[in-house]
Amino acid sequence: MVKPEKLIENGIRLDGRKPDEIRPIKIKVGVLNRADGSCYFEFGGNKVIAAVYGPREVHPRHMQKSNSAVVRYRYNMASFSVEDRKRPGPDRRSIEVSKVSREALEPVIFQEYFPRSAIDIFVEVLQADAGTRTAGINAASIALADAGIPMKSLVSACAVGKVDDTLVLDLNKDEDNYGQADMPIAMTPDGNITLLQMDGHLTREEFKEGLEMAKRGCLMIAEMQRAALLEKYSSLIEGEVNE
Amino acid sequence: MEKKLVIPGDFLSDDVKLADEGTYIEDSKVFSSVFGIASLKNQIKVVPLSGKYIPRQGDLVIGIITEVSFSNWIVDIRSPYEGLLHISEFPRRIENSEMSKYLKVGDSIMTLVKDVDQSMKVELTLNDQRLRQIKDGRVIEVTPSKVPRLIGRSGSMIAMLKNETNCNIFIGQNGRVWLTGKDNNLDLAARTIQKIEKESHIPGLTDRIVKFLKEEKGLPVKETVKKKAEKEASKKVEPELPQETARNETVTEETSREEAEEPGKSEENESGGILDELLDK
Repeated sequence: MVKPEKLIENGIRLDGRKPDEIRPIKIKVGVLNRADGSCYFEFGGNKVIAAVYGPREVHPRHMQKSNSAVVRYRYNMASFSVEDRKRPGPDRRSIEVSKVSREALEPVIFQEYFPRSAIDIFVEVLQADAGTRTAGINAASIALADAGIPMKSLVSACAVGKVDDTLVLDLNKDEDNYGQADMPIAMTPDGNITLLQMDGHLTREEFKEGLEMAKRGCLMIAEMQRAALLEKYSSLIEGEVNE
Repeated sequence: MEKKLVIPGDFLSDDVKLADEGTYIEDSKVFSSVFGIASLKNQIKVVPLSGKYIPRQGDLVIGIITEVSFSNWIVDIRSPYEGLLHISEFPRRIENSEMSKYLKVGDSIMTLVKDVDQSMKVELTLNDQRLRQIKDGRVIEVTPSKVPRLIGRSGSMIAMLKNETNCNIFIGQNGRVWLTGKDNNLDLAARTIQKIEKESHIPGLTDRIVKFLKEEKGLPVKETVKKKAEKEASKKVEPELPQETARNETVTEETSREEAEEPGKSEENESGGILDELLDK
């Protein structure tokens, strides 16, 4: 695809959003029966699925910690998730994403409750459209709650960026490819930041403003995460009453 | 409302003293640490809707032998940590070389968690009157966090279940349930337990289970009769309705074909019903 002449026209982005709007989100909790917790998450064009296993025994043994659980996070893109086939298997990028995502979730998990055990998180990207790491973190945090793992709170993630000298929330593919900056942020609902990366250039003022935008975005996502979790059980209640 | 569905991080109370399981305290406020049902009376606690069994001293659990090592049986107790049953914890004195004669890999046991240390080394024992090897019946699994609901307030649910199904039921804290009794009673008990597990978070559980048991037991003969009557009724009604509504000939043809298939279907159902009856006796 060639670079579009303008990424923002009259304050409206290529996909019709305003600069501070996030893409539509669809969440389903408990989609995998084998996993202890799972979640399917759609974030605009991103489609990811997260599975959580554990706490369970650690293999290989030498990885275990005697006083807390180890959290393992595997981010993987399906070979069909992007237009040009993605060569399967871990690569430099996915190892990095796995690491930062794990570190984005670790602070909220009560790891000390489960010494000598492992909590495994698997995130599979089925379709990628910029911002897969944030979608993955959002999905994983729901899957962790679904698995009954004790946590301080959920984690929500969202990106801000700069395109055509304007700050925009939750970049899409074109904005990511041709924009001036991309800054994924993960945080808890009370504003503790657990992930912050930046690619590109932002001024000090832009950074501050972007952070505020991302906070608002994360709060919106947190609301949706909560609603999705509650829905898993409330729908069952209604269904039974109707019978 | 005294009970509600909460997610991790939900604010529960300002009274730190009341905080119990499933909560954490920060800035002298109580928050939920798990996704589950919060109850706010007396003590503030959250019962998770899922999760693994974490062994505690004094728990009665059902384990399955996974390995026989030198002087220890290694037991799967459905938790992240394996249980160790030392040879000296067997009710009788036995030799190391004879361990697999008494308990071999795959055997199930009712066992007691004797001790859990800091590093989650779980020691089990069989040295108790209540404990024994499980040789007959069936073992089914439920979510460990739902065990209290299955037992009921001071054992009411389980007593009712035992009474109604004529099964002997033993519930391990790790969510394994041992059932003994007649085969068809076992089926009923297992189905009921699954229902309890599925609906444990919805108010009015006991009433629903009583009703469910009545319906299930409510003499299968009656049920088949009722079904037959319904089917016949629907058969009579069906051919009339489409003729009135559909003026297209092809549609009426289709309905008549369906009609032709109908007797075969009901016969199948009937035979199933008879089989059920035979099995019941």
